[in-house]
Amino acid sequence: MPNHKINPNQWIDLYSDYLFNYTITRVNDRAKAQDLISETFLAGLNSMKNFKGEASERTWLVSILKRKIIDHYRKTNSNKGKAEVRMSYNSDSETEGDWLEQRVADPFDKTAEDQIENTELADAINECLSKLPKKQAKIFEMKTILNYETETICNELEITASNLWVIIHRARVAMASCLEKNWF
Amino acid sequence: MMSKFMMSCEESRHICDKAQYQEASTWEKIKFKCHLFICKVCKQHTITNSKLTLLIDKIKTSTLTSSEKEQLKSSFNKELQNHQ
Repeated sequence: MPNHKINPNQWIDLYSDYLFNYTITRVNDRAKAQDLISETFLAGLNSMKNFKGEASERTWLVSILKRKIIDHYRKTNSNKGKAEVRMSYNSDSETEGDWLEQRVADPFDKTAEDQIENTELADAINECLSKLPKKQAKIFEMKTILNYETETICNELEITASNLWVIIHRARVAMASCLEKNWF
Repeated sequence: MMSKFMMSCEESRHICDKAQYQEASTWEKIKFKCHLFICKVCKQHTITNSKLTLLIDKIKTSTLTSSEKEQLKSSFNKELQNHQ
């Protein structure tokens, strides 16, 4: 059996996108997803001594994350005063305490193809963005990717709203023509 | 009366951009739809523009932005230093 090593210095670079993608499809709230990932990394850090090296680092972190997501929904339910969540999928006493999720196939799990396609698309978008003039790229990113309000961008960059829309229009036309060949 | 529904291609594209960010008013959307009914060029532009929105939404929901990642990294590194 392979003996995997643990190295928390690289966790963010290696796994944050994967874990974020995994979480956002389940909680559908960007800020909450970031909190859950952050908690997962901290929990991983605090329980590093429990890592036996039997599974890869990523699998291990995902199993922690799954617990965090379940806890999140459990908390939401109890906050709303809704029915208590009880799960007893397996009564086998020998396996009691094992991760429930490791024994149940996850039908919503993202396939490798989805992952690769999203990564390739993100790379293509970033490359097209880097070809835009700096100011145009910045405004497009603030408005389109980071979802800033028009007013906030105008105040921050000291431009008028009509100026912003002209820049956004130029950026969108340039981005569309850049992505057209492979993605449209 | 008809003139109220008419708009230039330039105005139509402006509304098309605003609509991508849910910032177009209902009246603007009605005028915009009327324009698309008679203008094939703007119709094609709208299809392309909406496709761009779809693609961006796809990565927006599935990856962290560089600033979000930096923020995550800096708070995690603090914990990591305390831990070591």
